[in-house]
Amino acid sequence: MAETLIPKIATPATTLTAAKTGTPLIEIENLSLYYGAAKALKDISLKLEEKVVTAFIGPSGCGKSTLLRCLNRMNDLIDNVRIDGAIKIGSHDIYAANVDVIELRKRVGMVFQKSNPFPKSIYENVAYGLRLHGFQSKSELDGTVEQSLRNAALWDEVKDRLHSSALGLSGGQQQRLCIARAIAIKPEIILMDEPASALDPIATTRIEELILELKKDFTIVIVTHNMQQAARISNYTAFFYIGELVEFDVTAKIFTNPAKKQTEDYVTGRFG
Amino acid sequence: MENHFESGLEALRQKILLMASRAETSVNQAVQALVQRDHDLAVKVREDDSVIDQFEVEIDEMAIVLLTKAPLASNLRLITVAMKVSQNLERIGDEATKIAKRARDLTQEPPVKINLDVNHIASLALAMVKDALDAFVHRDTAAARAIIPRDKEVDVLNKEIQQSLALHMMANPDAIARCLHWIVAIKSLERIADHAKNIAEEVVYLYEAQDIRHTLKS
Repeated sequence: MAETLIPKIATPATTLTAAKTGTPLIEIENLSLYYGAAKALKDISLKLEEKVVTAFIGPSGCGKSTLLRCLNRMNDLIDNVRIDGAIKIGSHDIYAANVDVIELRKRVGMVFQKSNPFPKSIYENVAYGLRLHGFQSKSELDGTVEQSLRNAALWDEVKDRLHSSALGLSGGQQQRLCIARAIAIKPEIILMDEPASALDPIATTRIEELILELKKDFTIVIVTHNMQQAARISNYTAFFYIGELVEFDVTAKIFTNPAKKQTEDYVTGRFG
Repeated sequence: MENHFESGLEALRQKILLMASRAETSVNQAVQALVQRDHDLAVKVREDDSVIDQFEVEIDEMAIVLLTKAPLASNLRLITVAMKVSQNLERIGDEATKIAKRARDLTQEPPVKINLDVNHIASLALAMVKDALDAFVHRDTAAARAIIPRDKEVDVLNKEIQQSLALHMMANPDAIARCLHWIVAIKSLERIADHAKNIAEEVVYLYEAQDIRHTLKS
């Protein structure tokens, strides 16, 4: 059985020594995932703290995106996937038989690598999920759409064209719209799968700043190939290699003094 | 939206200024203890040195974390300069401690009967430290460059005082031990001026990206 790793050093990742034990919101216990006979995740145990940013890093195929998708059961949509172990969010096993997956995905939102706005207006992109979750009154919808766009740092850029097509926005704006859409229904957790990898440096900076703002209200788990991005925005970093969790610690520690040589070799660009 | 990386750089800058203020205070108090034969003040300066040491450790720690975030251009220079400036400030603190130690020992002995212009060399060295930090704050590389030749003035004064003390020791062998304390204390003031010059050179590098170290030797 793999040991559960809980580094006892906390927010913000600006110091190497300040210590605080946060509340774990997500508890991954001995999780293994199989694509058919192939074991893609091997006995992962990990506790992720509330209202901080945790980055998953590792070379392609290491399982980081697979693990991310386990957190809102997106892997259920793939044939031949089998999972052993447990994932608890707020002490509830999200793989228990009675779990409503739609409700789960409301609590655990997701932003993907490629922005994927609906082919609708900017307003409708944010309002769509709200309507699905029972928002009816126009004033309530208007207020929540505005607040979500403000929280995604997009409002000032789109307030005069809310009813124009979302597809007319730039890549960075589309990605922030997807974040607005995700936060509109007030999830507890936001999963981000390389949310800035297709963006230019300016748009990337805006997304990174946005993530640092959002962590005040949300628990964020992000997969990134950009190690400096992980260093800039995350409090904790987990390094994966061929389906195994190699190391999990405070980000500053991972990037200045990792415990494992494999982690050091990866973060210094010697392999991967 | 707040720029978190910029906030980190600003925190680093503020930390350097706080450290500089502590270092300047230590030098001022050490000189005061030396000139006024104030035993208690000398002891206090030595005790306070650990605060300056701690600043150096904290600044290095902040800088290392910022470096992991891949800063570039002027941000990169600021972080590396911060580490060097803090090291120079820590050494200024050490020199203040050395002066304070000699000041403390001298209070246990009768005064040396020699007229030394300690205040002059001390004020020159301290003004260099202050001006170097002002140049850092105001991004004023002209002011930083103007500090560098002033180090020579301090070197000359140091030499003059050392010569006076050497002559006094030859004429008064009973004062040798006390004069050696003075020689060390004055040499520390000269070293403080050297560190101020180093800081000024780093300020030029920070804002002009030009390394002027070792280029102005006459």
